[in-house]
Amino acid sequence: MSKQRLVVVGNGMAGARAVEEVLARGGAEMFDIVMFGDEPYGNYNRILLSEILNGTQDTDGITMNPLSWYAENGITLHAGHRVEKIDRAAKVVIANTGVRERYDKLMIATGSRAFIPPMQGVRMEDGSLMPGVFGYRTVADCQQIVDYARSSKVAVTIGGGLLGLEAARSMTVLGCKSHVVHLAGHLMEMQLDVAAGGLLKKTIEGMNIQVHTAKQTTEVMGTNKVEGLRFKDGTELPCDLVIVAAGIRPNSEIGQFSGLTVERAIVVNDHMQSVDDRDIYVVGECAQHRGRLYGLVAPLYEQAKVFAEHVTRTNVNAAYHGSKLATKLKVMGVELASMGITDPTDDNDEVVQFTEPKRGTYKKLIVRDGRLVGGILMGDISKAPFLMQAFAQNAPLPDERLSLMFDLGTPSAKVTYDEMPAETQVCNCNGVTKAGIAACVIAGANSSKAVMTQTRAGMGCGACKGEVTELVSWLLGGEVEEDPSVHYYVPTIPLRKPELMREVVARDLKSVSSVFRELGNGEVDAGAKPALASLLITVWKGEYDDERDARFINDRVHANIQKDGTFSVIPEMPGGVCTPDELVRIGQVAQKYNVPLVKLTGGQRVDLVGLKKDDLPKIWSDLGFKAGYAWGKSYRTCKSCIGTDFCRFGLGDSMGFAQRIERRYRGIDSPAKLKLATAGCPRNCSEAYVKDVGFVAIGDGKWEIYVGGAAGAHIRKGDLLTTAKDETEAMLIGSRFMQFYRENAKWKERTYTFMERVGLERVRAVVVEDSEGICADLDAAMEASIAACVDPWLEAVAPKTANQFTSVIPAKEEA
Amino acid sequence: MAAGEVLLGAVEQIPTGEGRTFRVGELEIAVFHTAEEQVYATQALCPHRQGPLADGLLGGTTLMCPLHDRTFDLKSGCGTSHEHLGLVTYPAWVVDGQIWVRPEPVQAEAAE
Ligand code: SRM
Ligand SMILES: Cc1cc2nc3c(=O)[nH]c(=O)nc-3n(C[C@H](O)[C@H](O)[C@H](O)COP(=O)(O)OP(=O)(O)OC[C@H]3O[C@@H](n4cnc5c(N)ncnc54)[C@H](O)[C@@H]3O)c2cc1C
Ligand code: SF4
Ligand code: FES
Repeated sequence: MSKQRLVVVGNGMAGARAVEEVLARGGAEMFDIVMFGDEPYGNYNRILLSEILNGTQDTDGITMNPLSWYAENGITLHAGHRVEKIDRAAKVVIANTGVRERYDKLMIATGSRAFIPPMQGVRMEDGSLMPGVFGYRTVADCQQIVDYARSSKVAVTIGGGLLGLEAARSMTVLGCKSHVVHLAGHLMEMQLDVAAGGLLKKTIEGMNIQVHTAKQTTEVMGTNKVEGLRFKDGTELPCDLVIVAAGIRPNSEIGQFSGLTVERAIVVNDHMQSVDDRDIYVVGECAQHRGRLYGLVAPLYEQAKVFAEHVTRTNVNAAYHGSKLATKLKVMGVELASMGITDPTDDNDEVVQFTEPKRGTYKKLIVRDGRLVGGILMGDISKAPFLMQAFAQNAPLPDERLSLMFDLGTPSAKVTYDEMPAETQVCNCNGVTKAGIAACVIAGANSSKAVMTQTRAGMGCGACKGEVTELVSWLLGGEVEEDPSVHYYVPTIPLRKPELMREVVARDLKSVSSVFRELGNGEVDAGAKPALASLLITVWKGEYDDERDARFINDRVHANIQKDGTFSVIPEMPGGVCTPDELVRIGQVAQKYNVPLVKLTGGQRVDLVGLKKDDLPKIWSDLGFKAGYAWGKSYRTCKSCIGTDFCRFGLGDSMGFAQRIERRYRGIDSPAKLKLATAGCPRNCSEAYVKDVGFVAIGDGKWEIYVGGAAGAHIRKGDLLTTAKDETEAMLIGSRFMQFYRENAKWKERTYTFMERVGLERVRAVVVEDSEGICADLDAAMEASIAACVDPWLEAVAPKTANQFTSVIPAKEEA
Repeated sequence: MAAGEVLLGAVEQIPTGEGRTFRVGELEIAVFHTAEEQVYATQALCPHRQGPLADGLLGGTTLMCPLHDRTFDLKSGCGTSHEHLGLVTYPAWVVDGQIWVRPEPVQAEAAE
């Protein structure tokens, strides 16, 4: 028998999932599958769009079904084709591009679009949105918003639901002053009651987002582009970018045009078939089932499964009975779980409530006849798994109500997971069920990390990570194995750093290739080469066998690679100090080479940005400066303040000390960047409290030494290691600390994590009190490293490898 | 674009374990000289965001782009970290210490 043709219209989260479910039931043998998608790519995870908006992911990062997936599964995908017509008599669908496909079974999963409420001026004459006004539904929307935001200052999001709040948060990340305008009296009124909405508003305002509730937008002002909003109460808000996140409208026109019953969306029966045509199924946000529409992925995935069982005849009785909505969300970092109703609706409803406004914690449960009919958990959602299950199964609750909210004598996680049905979705972002996680564990995964990488559970918004970890540990009977490789210095060599260093010395391994050969599994791991190079330099100093291919490009050309393949050059400028002559020289070089950008860095020096690789040696020679090492995992800079030389508060020679530090440690390799600072007094103008090593003068020649400070991706005040009696002692102890860190920190582990891992007490014992008797060794090792350093910019005149600085080599001849 | 076989020059122009970019007529090609003394040629810029592939790191025949660490197999061009990103490869070989390339693209097959 020849195969039937299954055509799917809509290649979004429901459509693609439905096809996956069909394939999982042997559908590839039954059907030739053809998919149409309006968007020009494979299916992506719409839930993660905020990450595109705030720049943490690109399209690749949120793709769930890449184009290769369609090819591998024999699916014909018409991406970028919009289906406009279904000829039900001829059983053919027709796209706007003229492509026609015949079907035996048709599935409609066209989803929804952003709803744009009627507002004066929101649309231009041709019906398009006024420039500067955007919906928030697709990758294309996000890309346009990001572009437009570059030249915008004030962004307003209309709609204070989940989507609107996420969008508003991203706008602050994009550098706009951000407002949220919401029609209802409190935020997220679908999921939260007045009290929780008010609490959320406070939290959000603390993130510098202004929230306006109970405000109806009546007009978008501006002629060619948006200039502001006007509200029903007569007030106005000037702005240059507007995101409308005021709800969604199902794309059900296709049903209308084809003569299917459409009310709020296309009406389906329990098999997810159109009530008018048994060969047409409808799944997702464009389907109306028993009068209800669903706008979250968990119910759509249930529908997709019913459809698949039914269309493949694996279960002809497969039926969808509707979903009870219980969701776990992460709104701007606030964890939230919500289920059922938000306020009591019956006189006998029992309300159990707990509020702790200071910590942003709010818990409220609505109990009817001993069963849960509604709940809100905010701030602390540790009880969510248990409650959501009780809600979904309509299970009787324990009499001790307090235990519903707090871990007292509650049913233990074991009982909970025992009872959890296999098909319960644990990770909504990636649609991973309890059964999926169990299968992965049975197949041999024995750590939550392994399960997460294999199933992608927890890799979306991250709200379910805790639950995945608990579930894995329960499945393993508590015998979770920590993935041992997290402790290895590099993944393919099963040794921790101190063991690896011992082996390297014992076997006399001086090059990266020899380490892979003798200690690895025969495979050279590209990403691990620079890590090994760093370790070998620390061990062997001048005797290190420097294979240049083991270095990251920055360390091969001694400059920092940039987004377009050009490089930046930052000459050394100890303590941020230079002579007038030097400053003039930098300017002259910048002019001579037409440097696209000259910038003062956050490290108190000058950056020449956007240079061609070919020009690097000439620029270094003309500059006549030493390398600033701004590209490396190495000692970087020592910032300073003006100190006793000129400052009326100065207690120590911070400028001089910084210069002496830089001249001593320049070029020292290290597991991660080492950034130092000296401050002439505790006013801390050079930010010494938040550097890897910071020295603060406190008078009488004394210096406080702070270590493990950070003010980059993480903020941490450094730990006061000790107070040194003079500069010499400060230099010595700082040096010991750095050497101890060099020998013991993991690759790319900054001092702020190193200190947390090793602990201040131990570090102080070792480097100040010499508890392990290794101080003399640490001092000697640092001296030897310093002695072995050579300014890499000398390679300007003596390159180390062929074509080291050539960006393009012409072919010798063409045959 | 030039068809036929093109002589790029001596293999020593590329240090072992590294890559260099060559120009053949209008076309730029990244050529790699692996630690195992093989040569491979691919498109010059990364399909992700145009990173200069010749500046990447090599491990065997795996290439890691310098900008965002996407990895590719030099033999097939297939992406090994993000499967749907693949590289165009070009046949390349060494005769008497000289590198030859045929600048006719071989499209990466979809990864397994
Ligand atoms: C040029 C400079 C920005 C500027 O214009 O001021 C800069 C530029 C870069 N920083 Fe930075 N950082 C610069 C000062 C800082 C500072 C301020 C400071 O040094 O006092 C910090 C906070 C302190 C710190 O290091 O924690 C800083 C924290 C970071 C971080 C976060 C590190 C962390 O673990 O928290 C990264 C990312 C990383 O290292 O993984 C980073 C990474 C980068 C990279 C190297 C990104 C990269 O890998 O390509 C940027 C190179 C841009 C380019 O195109 O050249 N940069 N960066 C500054 C150079 C300082 C210098 O003179 O050497
Ligand atoms: C920013 C954002 C955040 C979200 N966060 C969450 C969350 O945290 N949790 C949660 O559960 N849900 C969340 N959702 C909702 C969730 O993404 C949707 O419920 C889900 O994507 C709906 O799936 P669908 O397949 O029905 O529609 P879609 O995913 O929209 O897919 C429909 C596809 O069909 C295409 N299409 C439409 N008409 C045609 C046509 N005529 N021809 C061809 N193709 C067509 C569309 O272009 C689209 O690609 C979020 C949504 C957004 C926008
Ligand atoms: S210079 Fe630093 S802060 Fe600025 S974009 Fe680059 S990494 Fe981010
Ligand atoms: S440009 Fe190559 S990985 Fe991003």
